[in-house]
Amino acid sequence: MENRAIFSGKTLAYLLVLPQLAISLIFFYWPAAQALWQSFLVQDAFGLSTEFVWFENYVELLKTPEYYHAIGVSFAFSALVVFFSMTLGLLLAVMANQNIPGVQIYRTFLIIPYAVAPAVASAVFIFMFQPGLGMIARALQRSGIDWNPVLNGTHAMILVVIVAVWNQISYNFLFFLAGLQSIPKSVIEAAAIDGARPMRRFWTIVFPLLSPTTFFLIVINITYAFFNTLGIIDTATGGGPNGATATLVYKVFLDGKGGSDLGGSAAQSVILMIIVVVLTAIQFRYVEKKVHY
Amino acid sequence: MVEHRRFGNLLPHLILLAGVIVVAFPVYLAIIASTHDNAVIANGQMPLYPGKQALATYWNTLVAGTGKTTREPVGGMMLSSFIMAVGIALGKIAISVISAYAIVFFSFPFRMTAFWTIFITLMLPVEVRIFPTYKITSDLHMLDSYSGLILPLIASATATLLFRQFFMTIPKELVEASKMDGAGPIRFFFDTLLPLSVTNIAALFVILFIYGWNQYLWPLLITTRDDMQTIVIGIKKIIDVHDALTEWSVAMATAVLAMLPPVAIVVLLQRLFVKGLIETEK
Repeated sequence: MENRAIFSGKTLAYLLVLPQLAISLIFFYWPAAQALWQSFLVQDAFGLSTEFVWFENYVELLKTPEYYHAIGVSFAFSALVVFFSMTLGLLLAVMANQNIPGVQIYRTFLIIPYAVAPAVASAVFIFMFQPGLGMIARALQRSGIDWNPVLNGTHAMILVVIVAVWNQISYNFLFFLAGLQSIPKSVIEAAAIDGARPMRRFWTIVFPLLSPTTFFLIVINITYAFFNTLGIIDTATGGGPNGATATLVYKVFLDGKGGSDLGGSAAQSVILMIIVVVLTAIQFRYVEKKVHY
Repeated sequence: MVEHRRFGNLLPHLILLAGVIVVAFPVYLAIIASTHDNAVIANGQMPLYPGKQALATYWNTLVAGTGKTTREPVGGMMLSSFIMAVGIALGKIAISVISAYAIVFFSFPFRMTAFWTIFITLMLPVEVRIFPTYKITSDLHMLDSYSGLILPLIASATATLLFRQFFMTIPKELVEASKMDGAGPIRFFFDTLLPLSVTNIAALFVILFIYGWNQYLWPLLITTRDDMQTIVIGIKKIIDVHDALTEWSVAMATAVLAMLPPVAIVVLLQRLFVKGLIETEK
């Protein structure tokens, strides 16, 4: 960024950065600071007095079994979503990267899920998986599975994972495809001349060269599964049954909506903020360096 | 690819076709459901070809509202969604392009402070600071308003970083030449920089429009009046998984209408979309 600055009108420069700085301060820094501050406060039942309690809210939070349950749900959910959406995205990208006719048409269809809002995707899948009338629910019931995501926690989890994976496939597909296209053809041809078959070429050359893309996508997909799936969960299961699909972000939403425990809710938010900051830091540190193994 | 294959390209075609079916089938089913009668859907006998109720369903959904609920017709929700999406896209582009301009082309005290202050906002999605942000928006009397829907969502650095990246590739000679012609910073911005940025702006608009249209949590919290509701949150009120009386044809028609604008943009402006997606995430 050195030596680029060419104009010197200070007032104009300040006016140009002012709108974004103002919006960032009002809607970003101020709320983030408030969450941090509130996480150290306890309010009495009538909201009349508040007391500064240091880390008591965090300690209380870490004593509740529901919080650990939500951590478990978040990790299981993210792991499933990351694994399946990336595997499917990679498989489709590898296929679309072959020189075959009609790739453009496949690609056009495969990017559609990205444009569909998580909550809307959820609505459509509920329709397919609704016991009694949904096409897939009926097929499952005919084959002897007592499918019921409203009552069965495992079924509810499967449902939200399917929606999230569907919603996220396009993203992984497009980035893997871009990554594959940047691998020089000559490297692969050289391996082919040495007699390496396609599967071997993939695992020994293509996949290692894709590692920067893969790593970047893991971070992005974890962020997606943690934070952007609230619409899916709220529409499909409402976190239920019995908290089986209540992730950490959904729990902040549910507890905050009730509004009784401001400090506890703020402490939950702060823990989430730390998770995002760590994820972003990892992303910058490794993606900028373009990892190769 | 490299060697000749006996079965030609059968395998990639089969796998891609399977992928397309998995991806497209739910959308297809939603379209079909929106053309059938509620009763046919409710007893699980819906066929896989279109029915005859399409006109009636879409009329009820968009304009008239339906008997069972007193909810708003979806037409108004689409308008809210549209205003919010365009507002977020244009607002974010406007504040980002000028702040990136200042940071790259001007020298002023606290330039790096300004840059980092903006940069750090990249870190926290609105989901994790949602209730304090809600409180501030409420204190500013912005509940149930478009400024309340739009402003908190444009406080993020992605677009600024993209423009900064792009501006730094512009050769210094171009600026010098423009200065030699007697152009000041404002004329340089409008005559040289903006025209060069058109593709980037368009690509960003596509991404941000989809981002804005698909918002869920924020509009859910800050809109209480029915006429401010967006279509993405409206859909939840139509579906009730515990209720056998859910009007599925209306619900699916709403889903189809909610998908239509962003899907159309992604499909028709595919090149811009892919460019925008890949560049904003770098």
